[in-house]
Amino acid sequence: MLGRLTIDALPFYSWVAMGGAAVTVGGGIAAFLLVTYLKAWKALWFDWLTSVDHKKIGIMYIVLALVMLVRGFVDAIMMRAQQAIALNNEGYLPPEHFEQIFSSHGTIMIFFVAMPFLTGLINIVVPQQIGARDVAFPFLNSFSFFMTAAGAALVLVSLVVGKFSQAGWTGYPPYSGIEYSPGVGVDYWIWALLVSGVGSTLTGINFIVTIIKNRCPGMTYMRMPLFTWTALCISILMAFAFPALTVVALQLALDRTLGFHFFTNGDGGNMMMFANLLWIWGHPEVYILILPAFGIFSEVVATFSRKRLFGYASLVYATACIAILSFTVWLHHFFTMGSSANVNAVFGIATMIIAVPTGVKIFDWLFTMYRGRIEFHPAMVFTIGFMVTFVIGGVTGVLLALPPADYLMHNSTFLVAHFHNMLIPGALFGYFAGMNYWFPKAFGFKLNEKWGIRSFWCWIIGFYLAFMPLYVLGFMGMTRRMEHYQDPNWQPYLIVAALGAVFVLFGIICIGIQLYVSAKEWGSSKDVTGDPWNGRTLEWATSSPPAPYNFAVIPEVRDLDAFHDMKLRGQAYQAPSGYEDIVMPKNTWLGPVMGVLGFLLGFAMVWYIWWLAALCFVASLVCVGIRACDDDTEFVLPAAEVARIEGARLAAIAPGDLHDMREFAPRGAATGAILPGSA
Amino acid sequence: MTNTLQQEAVLAHEEQKSLEAREFGFWVYLMTDAIIFALLFATYVVLSNNSAAGPTAKELFDLRHTASETALLLLSSLTFGFATIAMHEDRAGQVVKWLVISVGLGLGFLAMELVEFYGMIQKGAGPEVSGFLSAFFTLVGTHGLHVAFGSIGIFVMIGQVLSKGLTLPVRSRLIRLGLFWHFLDIVWIGIFSVVYLPGVM
Repeated sequence: MLGRLTIDALPFYSWVAMGGAAVTVGGGIAAFLLVTYLKAWKALWFDWLTSVDHKKIGIMYIVLALVMLVRGFVDAIMMRAQQAIALNNEGYLPPEHFEQIFSSHGTIMIFFVAMPFLTGLINIVVPQQIGARDVAFPFLNSFSFFMTAAGAALVLVSLVVGKFSQAGWTGYPPYSGIEYSPGVGVDYWIWALLVSGVGSTLTGINFIVTIIKNRCPGMTYMRMPLFTWTALCISILMAFAFPALTVVALQLALDRTLGFHFFTNGDGGNMMMFANLLWIWGHPEVYILILPAFGIFSEVVATFSRKRLFGYASLVYATACIAILSFTVWLHHFFTMGSSANVNAVFGIATMIIAVPTGVKIFDWLFTMYRGRIEFHPAMVFTIGFMVTFVIGGVTGVLLALPPADYLMHNSTFLVAHFHNMLIPGALFGYFAGMNYWFPKAFGFKLNEKWGIRSFWCWIIGFYLAFMPLYVLGFMGMTRRMEHYQDPNWQPYLIVAALGAVFVLFGIICIGIQLYVSAKEWGSSKDVTGDPWNGRTLEWATSSPPAPYNFAVIPEVRDLDAFHDMKLRGQAYQAPSGYEDIVMPKNTWLGPVMGVLGFLLGFAMVWYIWWLAALCFVASLVCVGIRACDDDTEFVLPAAEVARIEGARLAAIAPGDLHDMREFAPRGAATGAILPGSA
Repeated sequence: MTNTLQQEAVLAHEEQKSLEAREFGFWVYLMTDAIIFALLFATYVVLSNNSAAGPTAKELFDLRHTASETALLLLSSLTFGFATIAMHEDRAGQVVKWLVISVGLGLGFLAMELVEFYGMIQKGAGPEVSGFLSAFFTLVGTHGLHVAFGSIGIFVMIGQVLSKGLTLPVRSRLIRLGLFWHFLDIVWIGIFSVVYLPGVM
């Protein structure tokens, strides 16, 4: 009836595991009680969970990412604490628990922090940047979100019911095979990836179509804001790379569950194929995480330097270049697996070539700042911190790209330091910059800047303290994922690294305080105009938070910095001659229901509860069928209602709220006077 | 709430736009599906000689059986094409007739494939025997699963044509289902030439 699920699955075997389970269950109960206390169940269901509005889905993605960030960080600080004390002793974590922690840390940070964070930002911003009313497929968008959430839920549940994988976040066989990992851990890992991977693939398809088909008139490809460009590139990467993850995870599942021989030691399996298939997804994935952050930095640096982005075209080409090259370097993740010297050389050179477009970008951002009037908003500070730190990571990356050097540093903490050096400044700082930058767009009031700056300093100090010692330790010969060690020379560095994790903890607490303080004093930091930073791109033309339809009248774009241009020409905040009826997608319960089904399907497969898996599968098919027969998925918002909303918005804007655009107006070369027709 | 005439017009316009986006999106989806198959093909090619002392392709494949399967599937693609032509000529009855024939041929293909799988498993050549057989069953089985889902789709669309007639959304769904169905043909041609032909050579 319940497959291999018995009472033994509950974590009564260890105090640490019970603590983790208690925190997870307690968090769930606290959330439940909070919603009940606020009497918000109805609002939660009708306004949020069933909503297909891209802005609300985006916010839900980011909430998910922040919750999972806390979970992933707890894993991180536990590992740092263990390694700080585990010289010649067992520390406080038994090996099998330590292994679960580094596996779940990687899995969570990649799949359930970075992915939802960037997808959320893209959801909120991209349709507005291209002057669209919604994404191409609003229901698919909701479905994708709930698949991601279902995957995250599977990882969380593994803390309470059963154990998580001990095979690392990449799950290499044969260790992750049934022979060496007979428990449910690897299955949790597989099904969390499979369920959420479906969501990511569909998100990719959704945004490819949205950006190609839904741009407003005048928005040519070379007038798209850079964040939209990066979103387009990573959507293509998501759609074309995630199927590889689906395939490799399914093959491993077949090996484990039905005794197939894709990656087994004997009977004709080939485990090197796993590494190839995984990294054919995995390397593009790195760029899926980083490119949107590059897009955010591009927006932020132009806005807060008060200048047009330097070298826009070169940034576009560099982005596209990186997207293509990302499919040509996967083998550098396993140089040591024994491909021939020539194969290694080809992939090594391809890897180094990626540094070229990346370098182009760094220079473009620097030149944008050069002679700009820089404003040290938290978003900008994160951007500057990124530029300084990311270059170090890039240089160590080129070092690792040399196969002979890689043979020495492979699987050492040098590698761990390298990729954290790419992903924390390169991805996470970008998302934080984006959160500080677009928060008023999503919620209608600004985030507290003081706490934003504080969180930045905690994060960057914590980052350097935590990871620079790991570079050194790598050179000293420390391999990654060590539960305890014998070399006393390592311990001082590991203690410094643990101290770094404590600083990062302060950084996360600062973000929490920032959100709390901002929400408390939201009245004084209200964003009336929808354009708090004197922004340049089209998303600042909508109100904050935007009306459900974003744009009452679809804008017409004449320039790269479309909204900046409108403000210069005095065309922003003008009431149009008339409003029209607007077609809106209807809310639907199918998204959350299919998310629950996806979660149950994964859970049933993990525990071999075949009847439940079959039931969920059939029920999902029925849901698809229901949707495929539904011709009534849209409704009309009457023009009168649109006029009422827009009228209220324009009436609330006082002339004093508007930005002074005179200093941006083009001037005559000879006289320096403002040219006629502008400002 | 009933919509006014003007609102109906806005809705219809929006529907047209949305259906165009869906067709484009479906092409992109097919590309992602093509990648799944490409990787399964790659896996098969890597593992095709790893029969691990189990039966080999030469002992297992029967080209005559496969040829009949191929004929059924290709014919069903042709008849789906006839259904599409009938749709463009607004003849709902013909559409249903050709769809029924298509799904019949598709189910025939599936039956033959199941017979082949069953026979192999009976002979002790199931997917758990060797890397070669794991890759074979996964590749061919994934294609078969797609045909099964396509068949369910055809049944749903027969129901929609009968109950709703050839409305704009129904037409769009038929076109997309057709793309899917023809796509499976192309994959099958790949399977025939990469799996079965080299297997018996």
